Amino acid sequence: MLANLGFFSVLFTLLAALFGAGASAYGSLRRRAAFVESGRHAMVLAFPLLSVSVICLELLLTQGSYQVEYVSAVTSRAMPVYLRITALWGGQPGSLLFWSWLMAAFATAASLRRWDRDRDLLPGVTLVTMGTLAFFLLLVVGFENPFARLWQTADGLVETAMFAPAGSLPFVPVDGQGLNPLLRHPGMIIHPPMLYLGFVSFVVPYAFAIASMMTGRSDDRWIRLTRRWALVAWLFLSLGLILGGRWAYDVLGWGGYWGWDPVEIAALMPWLAGTAFLHSVMIQEKRGILKHWNMVLIILTYALVIFGTFLTRSGVLSSVHAFAQSAIGPLFFAFIGLTFAASLALLLRRWGELRGENQLDSMLSREAFFLLNNLLFMGILAVCFLGVIFPLISELVTGQKVTVGAVWYERITGPLWAGLLLLMGVAPLSAYGRSSWRILGSSIWKPAVAAGVVVAALALAGMRMPGALVGYGLASLAGFVALYEFGRGAWARRLRHGENLVTALFRLAARNRRRYGGYVIHLGVVLMAFGVIGIENFQTQTQGTLSQGEALTMGRYSLVYESLAEFDTPDGRNVARAVVSVYRDGDFLGELYPRRDYFYESEQPMSIPGVRSSLEDDVYILLVSWEPVGVGAATFKVYRNPLVNFVWWGGLVFILGTLVAAWPEREALPLAVARRQRPAFAGGRLR
Amino acid sequence: MRQAHSAWLWLAAGLALALTASPVAGQTPVPSDDEVNAIAKGLYCPVCENIPLDVCGTQACRQWREVIREKLAQGWTADQIRQYFADQYGMRVLDSPPAAGLNWLIYIVPPLAIAGGGYVLARTIRAWRRAPVPARPQPAAQDPYVAQLEEEVRRRS
Repeated sequence: MLANLGFFSVLFTLLAALFGAGASAYGSLRRRAAFVESGRHAMVLAFPLLSVSVICLELLLTQGSYQVEYVSAVTSRAMPVYLRITALWGGQPGSLLFWSWLMAAFATAASLRRWDRDRDLLPGVTLVTMGTLAFFLLLVVGFENPFARLWQTADGLVETAMFAPAGSLPFVPVDGQGLNPLLRHPGMIIHPPMLYLGFVSFVVPYAFAIASMMTGRSDDRWIRLTRRWALVAWLFLSLGLILGGRWAYDVLGWGGYWGWDPVEIAALMPWLAGTAFLHSVMIQEKRGILKHWNMVLIILTYALVIFGTFLTRSGVLSSVHAFAQSAIGPLFFAFIGLTFAASLALLLRRWGELRGENQLDSMLSREAFFLLNNLLFMGILAVCFLGVIFPLISELVTGQKVTVGAVWYERITGPLWAGLLLLMGVAPLSAYGRSSWRILGSSIWKPAVAAGVVVAALALAGMRMPGALVGYGLASLAGFVALYEFGRGAWARRLRHGENLVTALFRLAARNRRRYGGYVIHLGVVLMAFGVIGIENFQTQTQGTLSQGEALTMGRYSLVYESLAEFDTPDGRNVARAVVSVYRDGDFLGELYPRRDYFYESEQPMSIPGVRSSLEDDVYILLVSWEPVGVGAATFKVYRNPLVNFVWWGGLVFILGTLVAAWPEREALPLAVARRQRPAFAGGRLR
Repeated sequence: MRQAHSAWLWLAAGLALALTASPVAGQTPVPSDDEVNAIAKGLYCPVCENIPLDVCGTQACRQWREVIREKLAQGWTADQIRQYFADQYGMRVLDSPPAAGLNWLIYIVPPLAIAGGGYVLARTIRAWRRAPVPARPQPAAQDPYVAQLEEEVRRRS
């Protein structure tokens, strides 16, 4: 019953999406407003209809209805309820339904906005959002149906089908296989929804961009309408990446957070294009230039969103993330090709109308630096893209599979990241329009001197690695520039309004949330850069086999193996848990409990590190192997990860900055009121 | 007879000493886990993709790490061991493809693409700076309030 209801809800949503896209296209071509409005109604319907399906699947998952194949594949009796709920995105069919549901939510939200002033954009927005939704629902209905059930045929075979094959009976397994153990972590529970939210919310700015080109508008209205959508999309993508990193650090047991795995890169690529877009649109808003380029960037971001989903869902790649593979690759490939080609064709058709209203006045202007920023982001994106597809090209051309690993990515993208840090230090102090070395130099010298002091202090403290010194110098410059901008603005407010510095600081940020939110984001990036440079350059590791009571020494730390216990848990795991005492310079710091969980159902081991965290470093211990309890020896791998917590703290600051930037500004007063209140023009923006 | 007997005794003692002493004299120290991991870090697990061999927890990878230990004990260099694994399991076990044949692409394309992008950007900027742009009304010639108002209206339109 629930399975049928869920399936038919998906089917009806698919029909509604197809109708919405078709009616909008027809209404737009024939100038029939009723069809356009009807298409919008279909868009309104999408979310409630698909919610019925999601609720049905959640009920099936939590009730343990194992006749439904998906339920038996991702849940088991031993799993707690919260994991059964999150199993919605624990496998391929559920993930695609979940993706579609979020897409429907954003489409419905977009449909409910006030369209009075932008009626001309509505058909295009409906066409794109409903078209994208229809594609994903087609995959759900036709290829990855989460409601398909198990049936036992007359000859004893078990088949999967939505409806009973002739002569078959329902087959209900006694228990399910359970969720992939790697996915039973809080980070992984939240990480996919965040990424999906980021992915689907980037569809909205893309839809408005396409709609704008369809109508032939050359203004930046589509950017202003979707500025917050884009920021929210970027926020979710960033959150997804950070949480994914934390999950890898806690669960994958290799001492790091980013392994340049193709699936990690699949999520990074739309983020890179989106970040370039967020910077570039500011130039269009301020100066009326880069209209073509912004269209290219949003088209690219959308294509990479679909490409990222294709990489993770099609099975074209195999990695630790590729837990769900299926044969939907060609369809994805066709969809990406079709939408990309159609978008570019539309852009070429409108090329003339999208000519800039201004010119670039100086190579040292903010716009020029933003263009350089875009070049670097695009460079990193190109490297990532090549690294992901090269193994496929190699396999196609030579028949030999190759691995493009972290070493290659780090070597090639390292200078580009450094260039971005430099631009983060320089660009905020450059002026729009005309600028010169003298103007730039007069504002940058103070932060530059402060950054130089940091580098000198590090060198005096014994740091000799040129790469690390350059990295810390550039990160410090970017950090000091952001702080300098805050300080300069707050000081000006203090002088002008007589506010104390703290009040001035908050009001400054509140008055121009986008700008100062951006600086907070930069500060977050600086903190993350400190962490990344620390772990990349100064991580140490050792491995050794210890008898009980023996110690392993690494730098100032020594680790004493105390004991090991092995036991079964009610949720189907065999746990081997070691007790290790950690000392630093002979002082006892505490006990750590690295363990190895073995999941009987999936026959999968999982290493959970014991971690002692401080702002200075993490001591990260893994239990590699052990002899039977009683004999006593165990092998441990130990990492010292300097400054790694700056990555997580920086991530928090980064998210906080994005929230500040995305937070709605207070509505401006009507002009007449403003004039009454401020009879004389005093500079700055009208309020 | 007695002399012959003692000669045999000396010979037996010498042999016993040689037998017990020779393994010690010829034995190389067993390579440490850290030495093994230093090489395993540059190799990828041949069966579970995209996991470096030094951190892979499967039984098969443990055995491959022991192979590295054996090879190191036999005096093999890191490059010889990498080549051995590549010969046994294919190029995909190497952390980055050797610069040969088609693989040159991934070493040449990124710098060329970035340099090309920089060139295109520089040319575009230069062309932009030369290109005449239709003159916009000069705000300075107007009342500043009106100019600001027009700007705000333009933004909100």
